Amino acid sequence: MPSCHLPSRREALIGAGALFAWTQVPKLARAEGRDPRMLVIVLRGALDGLGAVAPVGDPDWIGLRGDRALVLDGRTPALPLDSFFALNAAMPNLHRLYRAQQAIIVHAAATPYRERSHFDGQDILESGLARPGTNDTGWLNRALLALASGGRVDPRGGRGFAVGPVTPLVVRGQAPVMSWAPQQLLPASDDTQARLLDLYRHTDPRLAAALEERIRLVALGRDGAVGAPNPAALPPPGIARVRSYFAEAAGTAARYLARPEGPRVGAMGFVGWDTHINEGAASGQLAALLGALDGALAAIETNMGASWRETVVAVITEFGRTARINGSDGTDHGTGTVALLVGGALRGGRVIADWPGLKPAALYEGRDLKPTTDLRSVLKGLLRDHLRVEESALASSVFPGSADIAPTAGLVG
Amino acid sequence: MGSSVKAVAALALHRFGMGPRLGSIAAIESDPRGALLAELARPRAVDVAGQSLPTSARAFRIVADANAERQARQIAAARAQKQAAGPMTESTSQADAEAATKMAAEAVPNPGRQIYLNEAQARINAALAAEIGFAERLVWFWSNHFCVSADKIQSMSGAYEREAIRPHVLGRFADMLLAVVSHPAMLVYLDNSASMGPNSVAGINRTRGLNENLAREILELHTLGVRTGYTQDDVIAFAKVLTGWTLIPAGDNPEHGGEFTFNRRLHEPGPQRVLNRTYEDAGVEQGRAVLRDLAGHPSTATHIATKLARHFVADAPPQPLVDRLTRTFRDTAGDLKEVTKALVLSPEAWALPAGKLKRPSEWVTSMVRAAGTQADAPRFVAGQTTLGEPLWRPPSPKGYADDEPTWIDGMGRRLDVANNYAERIANRADPRQIVESVLGATLSAATMQAVSRAESRQQALALLFMSPEFQRR
Repeated sequence: MPSCHLPSRREALIGAGALFAWTQVPKLARAEGRDPRMLVIVLRGALDGLGAVAPVGDPDWIGLRGDRALVLDGRTPALPLDSFFALNAAMPNLHRLYRAQQAIIVHAAATPYRERSHFDGQDILESGLARPGTNDTGWLNRALLALASGGRVDPRGGRGFAVGPVTPLVVRGQAPVMSWAPQQLLPASDDTQARLLDLYRHTDPRLAAALEERIRLVALGRDGAVGAPNPAALPPPGIARVRSYFAEAAGTAARYLARPEGPRVGAMGFVGWDTHINEGAASGQLAALLGALDGALAAIETNMGASWRETVVAVITEFGRTARINGSDGTDHGTGTVALLVGGALRGGRVIADWPGLKPAALYEGRDLKPTTDLRSVLKGLLRDHLRVEESALASSVFPGSADIAPTAGLVG
Repeated sequence: MGSSVKAVAALALHRFGMGPRLGSIAAIESDPRGALLAELARPRAVDVAGQSLPTSARAFRIVADANAERQARQIAAARAQKQAAGPMTESTSQADAEAATKMAAEAVPNPGRQIYLNEAQARINAALAAEIGFAERLVWFWSNHFCVSADKIQSMSGAYEREAIRPHVLGRFADMLLAVVSHPAMLVYLDNSASMGPNSVAGINRTRGLNENLAREILELHTLGVRTGYTQDDVIAFAKVLTGWTLIPAGDNPEHGGEFTFNRRLHEPGPQRVLNRTYEDAGVEQGRAVLRDLAGHPSTATHIATKLARHFVADAPPQPLVDRLTRTFRDTAGDLKEVTKALVLSPEAWALPAGKLKRPSEWVTSMVRAAGTQADAPRFVAGQTTLGEPLWRPPSPKGYADDEPTWIDGMGRRLDVANNYAERIANRADPRQIVESVLGATLSAATMQAVSRAESRQQALALLFMSPEFQRR
């Protein structure tokens, strides 16, 4: 066999990381004396939930994964969360936050999608619709529109932004988006921008809208508090580059969110989780990626500063992976997985799971962790109780057709 | 009359080609459709000047040899270090060992990057040199449809396009599919080289087994399309069919390492049932038979027709156009030259105004063609990376998206790239001449005014390249 270089799409995908945010302030929450922040991180490629948070107390766990199973007394001992679950040792920051009641892990969760296509799965995760197809808006964007139409945001303030050249679906929609990426080129002058904008306004409204958002964002970034990344500093190759990219992208998002007049809601994507070969949950590629994610969470906490206590970060993925290891020491596309919630606003220190068990008959289609929690209930709980989106809007415009999926209560506060 | 003829010629170059060069609108304005078809009819229309480039297998061996040599030097250096040092503190010897390893690594740099850049240069040159560039656009389309990523298999990423894509762009879809699936770059990219039948000889001996990745993506992305009725069982059965499709390891075979091979030891024995048809185990022929049937499946015709129409004409392509291409694909058993001709000869394919946003690669190429400069690969590749479309590094096996929402938010980055490029060429390019020659009759009064009133040549060129007429096709 040829030796496959360190797995695959990861570095290419680095360019797909993106951040979006809206600068409008949830007004109702502010009337309550709060100023909540919310950041959504999409892990593209399908995170192996069992490799991130292992059910070490399940009697069938070791039988399922053999010597690939994370255990409390392995060479890299997993970090205990409660009497049943343990966290991958690559995530010490998440473990610290969990013990400080600032993290919640939701296990055996999934969107309503039950097939195994990444692209459809991500569409459903990000669109908030029950079926794939022609979706061109995301649930986060529609949640912001719901806040706006209910008069629940302060109408002053600008728009949102995206880090990286490509905007993720979760934030596409009528609420305008600005895109931002680390500057490696000399930007065009203000005068050139203004002339181009004038041309677009006379000829092409869509190009005009796209350029306007960029101009707004550059203006916001110039105010100083948001640190400008050093254009000369190119990160090192391989996993070190991934770590540095995750931390820089997430840290930059946090700096924007922390600003008094900055955005309050954002989203970004991290890629590389499609671990078909040599998954390496304990010490290989998955451990490295989880470590990079852990570093990103730490960067967010640090850069949020005092606003951390009003912050919720939701880390979600399109589906899980097969419960068993496949023929090439990896895992194939599956169903149930974890959602990781961190932030000072949470009532944390809990694993929320209606555990389905791992016996062959308990697995979904005999192969995947069976989903017992609809991810939409968790997201609806956060949007309702943290940002104060109306429950009726959550059931209709934000997650259409989800009226019978009750928001999870008590996640924040 | 004259202006509308020029508008159709400009559309032909922007929509189907790599963008106008100085004088190319005039060259084809008497018969733009005929000019497009003539380019396809030229002998060696989809060849690239790649005679000096290594084959994919050779490129693979060059990189593997370098890796092996580097490793040997590192081990030898570490051994020498250990002997010389004698008893020392652990931290000092650790630091010395790292230094020795670093020196060994520097002594044998990775040749993969240079191979990648040489391939990129050949591809860029072909796009810049083409009269129209229709054939090259087809190569880009199919290369994206059947993408691999240089992040996983850098040595082969360029040769793959020359070997598996180019020869079939104007040939049969079934032949391209077979060339792609049996190409080592694809077998590595989608993990099939590591897949083995659970009941194969190697699978039993090594207690390893199936990897579904390639089988699934062939069904979902390359042929039928997602949600066209195949099941998880079809994916598994097809994955079993494809076990044994792998490549010769580089270390074992200095002459043929990196070439495709069918390794019966890895192949799952027995018949397999895929899409309600049973395929007897005939070794590599079992997989070829499934691929032939997939290429001829009605869903494949629809899938390919839709993608082609979306790429060349509009994000939401006119249904009559999709239907005609689907019919042609089915009637000709997937003759891609005939399908391409049907595209050019369809009235819907010439609808105005031009609304399709050029992808970053198309836009950058048309900018360089318009200015009439050359492009060096490192800079060109860096530009595409900045714009979110790094060459041969798509974010997933789905390839780069072909719709406006994916790309329009990158407008700020485009402005930076346009500004940067304009700065470099401003002292030798005349914006007024370029605006006339590449936009011709499609030029709006507003753009003409913006360009002519610009404060500098650089600004004029940046505005020209960023104008809606130049970005939409």
